[in-house]
Amino acid sequence: MTSVTARTTPPTPDLRRRPRPGDIAARMGFRFAAGLTIAITLGILIALIVPSVEFFSEVPVNEFLFGTRWAPRFADASFGVVPLITATAWTTAIALFFAIPLGLGAAIFMSEFAHQRTRRILKPVLEVLAGIPTVVYGYFAVQFIQAVVFRDWLKLETGSFSVLSAGFVMGIMIIPTIASISEDAMSAVPNSLRQGSAALGATRRQTALKVVFPAALSGIIAAIVLGVSRAVGETMIVALAAGQQARIVGGPLEAGQTMTGFIANAALGDSRVGSLEYNTLFAVGLLLFVITLLINLVSIWIVRRFREAY
Amino acid sequence: MNDIRNTSVAPERTGSTNTIVHASARPSLEVPVLDCDSVSIFYDDFRAVHDVNFACLRNEITALIGPSGCGKSTVLRSFNRMNDLIEGARVEGAITYRGEDIYGPEVDAIEVRRRIGMVFQKPNPFPKSIYDNIAYGPRVNGMKVDSMDDLVEEALTRAALWDEVKDKLKQSALGLSGGQQQRLCIARTIAVQPEVILMDEPCSALDPIATLRIEDLMQELRNDYTIVIVTHNMQQAARVADKTAFFTAEANDTTGDRTGVLVEFGDTATIFESPHDKRTEDYISGRFG
Amino acid sequence: MARRTMQETVHTTIRHKARSGESSPKSIGFLVILWLAILFALVFLTVLIVTTFIDGWNRLDSRLFTEYPASDPEDAGARPAILGSLWVIGTTALMTIPLGVAAAIHMEEFANRHHWFSRIVEVNVQNLAAIPAVIYGMLTLGAMGLMGVSNKNQVWVGALALSMLILPVVIIATRESLRAVPSEIRQGSLAVGATPLQTVVRNTLPAAVPGIATGSILALSRALGEAAPLLLLGGLVFLSFDPNGLTSGYTTMPIQIFNWTSRPQAGFHELAAAASVLLLVMLLAMNALAILIRNRYQKRW
Repeated sequence: MTSVTARTTPPTPDLRRRPRPGDIAARMGFRFAAGLTIAITLGILIALIVPSVEFFSEVPVNEFLFGTRWAPRFADASFGVVPLITATAWTTAIALFFAIPLGLGAAIFMSEFAHQRTRRILKPVLEVLAGIPTVVYGYFAVQFIQAVVFRDWLKLETGSFSVLSAGFVMGIMIIPTIASISEDAMSAVPNSLRQGSAALGATRRQTALKVVFPAALSGIIAAIVLGVSRAVGETMIVALAAGQQARIVGGPLEAGQTMTGFIANAALGDSRVGSLEYNTLFAVGLLLFVITLLINLVSIWIVRRFREAY
Repeated sequence: MNDIRNTSVAPERTGSTNTIVHASARPSLEVPVLDCDSVSIFYDDFRAVHDVNFACLRNEITALIGPSGCGKSTVLRSFNRMNDLIEGARVEGAITYRGEDIYGPEVDAIEVRRRIGMVFQKPNPFPKSIYDNIAYGPRVNGMKVDSMDDLVEEALTRAALWDEVKDKLKQSALGLSGGQQQRLCIARTIAVQPEVILMDEPCSALDPIATLRIEDLMQELRNDYTIVIVTHNMQQAARVADKTAFFTAEANDTTGDRTGVLVEFGDTATIFESPHDKRTEDYISGRFG
Repeated sequence: MARRTMQETVHTTIRHKARSGESSPKSIGFLVILWLAILFALVFLTVLIVTTFIDGWNRLDSRLFTEYPASDPEDAGARPAILGSLWVIGTTALMTIPLGVAAAIHMEEFANRHHWFSRIVEVNVQNLAAIPAVIYGMLTLGAMGLMGVSNKNQVWVGALALSMLILPVVIIATRESLRAVPSEIRQGSLAVGATPLQTVVRNTLPAAVPGIATGSILALSRALGEAAPLLLLGGLVFLSFDPNGLTSGYTTMPIQIFNWTSRPQAGFHELAAAASVLLLVMLLAMNALAILIRNRYQKRW
């Protein structure tokens, strides 16, 4: 038997540091992997900025940002990005118009009213909704919502595409994002606040709206901000359902090309590296990146700044 | 080997005074296993423990007692450098392990912990089988063993757990009761053949019967190991310890920070029956804490 | 006697008030509105699944699995797209999971959290997770341009883009699983003389595997449904062969669906619906697997 017990006076201990090359190598590997995330961000910046600089050496920034005609492939090419921005603004606004009330309604219901069993059914439903590929949403938007519901059933004055169908379906797509983050925020509100409110004679509706909702507001705003960023960056739904014509969009039933829609569409044509067409793609990509980055940073800032410490 | 448990329950139980007499009678000419020389422990700028001096001798049980916040656990955790895991923790003075400064510049905390094992307040078995819990330490240390099965059996036997688990060595350790889990953690510590076992309130999460079994086990283990135990239970210290160190917390008048100090150290019998310091007497007799 | 009556009166008043409060028209109306919000999402989901299923019903047959894309919808199938998706997702998994787990181990177990670099990495990962998918396509496109890779329609290029897309998701999921392992386990391991690396590799990481598996499968299912980055990388091609390696040409299911949806002929729309049903089934299977792992192996500490 290996002896654990038999021990005479042991020799003087040697506590000196042992070389552990394996440990050092592994740690360096872990650190490298973490550093890679920084490299990705830098890569994104470089990949977007280098072609954009070339682009802006040919097209003045002013003309790009404030020009109202987007026709990069025409003989008399024009690079005013405003039409793309109007389409993105329409689809995003329509998406939020549906997603905010529906998402917050679902969140309040699940956090304040639903029984445990109901939640167990509703949560997976929201997860499925979040897991549907955007290309399937896009198919549904153009083939069913636009073609069947809007045109055949409702007889709306609209063509094959509209920012309304794209925005509406995108809104449904964002519901899980807004609902789950808001619900987390509301569930984090301590029960003592609810009990205090109930003790003063408030109904559950009053407690939900006047106590829980304001207490969770920072989380709710962060959820909405994240929803905005997802709507602005969503590509496949708008590429399929919003249309490919880059023009200033005046109403929800009109078709229009969003920033992401342009990127998806331009990618289909094989443009030569370094050509103006190729660079145009990256200029629009850079604009999209800057917009979503600002939105994300605002969201992170809101969460940090206003995080309630219970 | 299996009758260790039986023999240990009856005779060892009878008198802690006997063992104390025996321990104090032994001449302590040898180098202490652990020696604190003017030890102060800081967390950043906060001084948690101030100027502690005492020594733990071979094959003795030393108990650290005192009110909560007196720094006894902090001192214990500095003995195997578990404090290193807390950011900003710093030790001043010297803690020597058989004459070697364990905070010396060349010293590897991992080598220290291999020789000075630790049992925690809450049983913390690994989420693995009972067998793998015991074999974990020898494996990570690259110990050369003839038979891992024998080693596991002996460690479990010495921790008085073998009979209860010998038929379910492959089952998860998380399925054991709290007392069994704590004995498993002791067996896990024994398996790497340390010289010192530190115990941080090892019975505070256990019921009285499981507590008694651990106390019996400690009496058994003191033949082969040097044990330092932190306990908030004074009866436990009186029952098991050869030496006792009484700590208390002193508030700083200006900052209000509470710093732990060693009030009195000596034979357990002396500390409990005729303490030199008024604060010790008050605490022992229940007037404080 | 008098006091008792008063007490009773108070009680009835409270009960009465409570009933009228919770069942007032306002409260009922509010609850109805909340229910409608849920109902709306449910109805939408049902209609989406049912109409897609009905649209694709005629084409949900073996041709979908055996045929190659063709100019006549009757002869067309999604065989190369199905195989392409498997190739790309498999490659993505091999590239992402080791890197994501390693990065998470660094951030959770080794990094000094107060160091400025750790803070930057932390915020950066959060931010990467919210960058639109199409941007990752542009990054890969730009990188290939710089590297002089002219043929971008290769399995590894597509997998690279999707890897970068889901890397932050895998990192975040792994960190959460590691964090769920109690610190007592780490201390116990260190106390028997294990090195920090041994503690992670032999103790913390194995305990976190179920959570990591669940998070990774969910991340991969996101990559499986994603089309935008691959569209930029020339993923939309007419393939008449099976993809057979890392440098092979490929197309994937979502891109095939995009392509068929954009065609004018109704026959292609049926195919798009049928392929959508197949894709949804694959995704549901992955989600079910993830939930199964979560429920069966997740440890409760």
